Amino acid sequence: MTVNDLIHTNLFELVNAGDDLDREITCPFCCDLLSIAMGKAPAGCAWVTVMANMNTLAVASLTDAACVILAEDAKADEIMIAKASMQGITVFCTDMTIFDAALSIHSRLLP
Amino acid sequence: MENSLMTLTYHVSDNDFTRAGEASSDVKNKLKKLGVPPDIVRKVAIAMYEGEINMVIHASGGDITVDITPDKIIMELKDVGPGIKDIEKAMQAGYSTAPDNVRSLGFGAGMGLPNMKKYSDTMEIQTVLGQGTTVTMTVNMPE
Repeated sequence: MTVNDLIHTNLFELVNAGDDLDREITCPFCCDLLSIAMGKAPAGCAWVTVMANMNTLAVASLTDAACVILAEDAKADEIMIAKASMQGITVFCTDMTIFDAALSIHSRLLP
Repeated sequence: MENSLMTLTYHVSDNDFTRAGEASSDVKNKLKKLGVPPDIVRKVAIAMYEGEINMVIHASGGDITVDITPDKIIMELKDVGPGIKDIEKAMQAGYSTAPDNVRSLGFGAGMGLPNMKKYSDTMEIQTVLGQGTTVTMTVNMPE
């Protein structure tokens, strides 16, 4: 499933469409501690987190995540949205729990 | 430095979490453009970002020099902060002296130095209490 495919599932609300919509999503990844995510987020992951700030985007970009999903109704502020747009990072938001959001991605990645 | 293809220098500002990561992002983009393999770019980006964040949290900022050679990428992160009191403890995963405001941003899990060691091929720390810390990391290019 590519990032574009995920957008078209309408599972989550699209906050910003990034530069690389053809990027394949490798797996969901759940973590709210940025330092842990920095060390563990796999390249190409769909990162589900409640941590909605600028540093989330920096970590997403540096770990080469495919997209970020802000779960549990976490909201991106204007500064974060502007930064996502500038850096070309796809960001979604949802009121789903972290588990449900990750599970819904996982179930679509199964063969 | 001998054989250097490119030398990049950055200043990291004090306590500015909105800009933390800009230096690492820039290095990441430049390495990508040079055609460095993605897994090497990722290692450099992660190791350097953790160092950059450490400088913002603990050391009132500092300066970073990145040397790109055909064999390896060398990152030198130099600050004039308080120094590291107990390096052995600081290297333990989960040990952190970060203040609460930093934790609320999602940092301070005590993974900074361990991540830097994990993602670099060599790491050297020189620290003097009250004077500052210099961390030198290298990431080797593939053979």
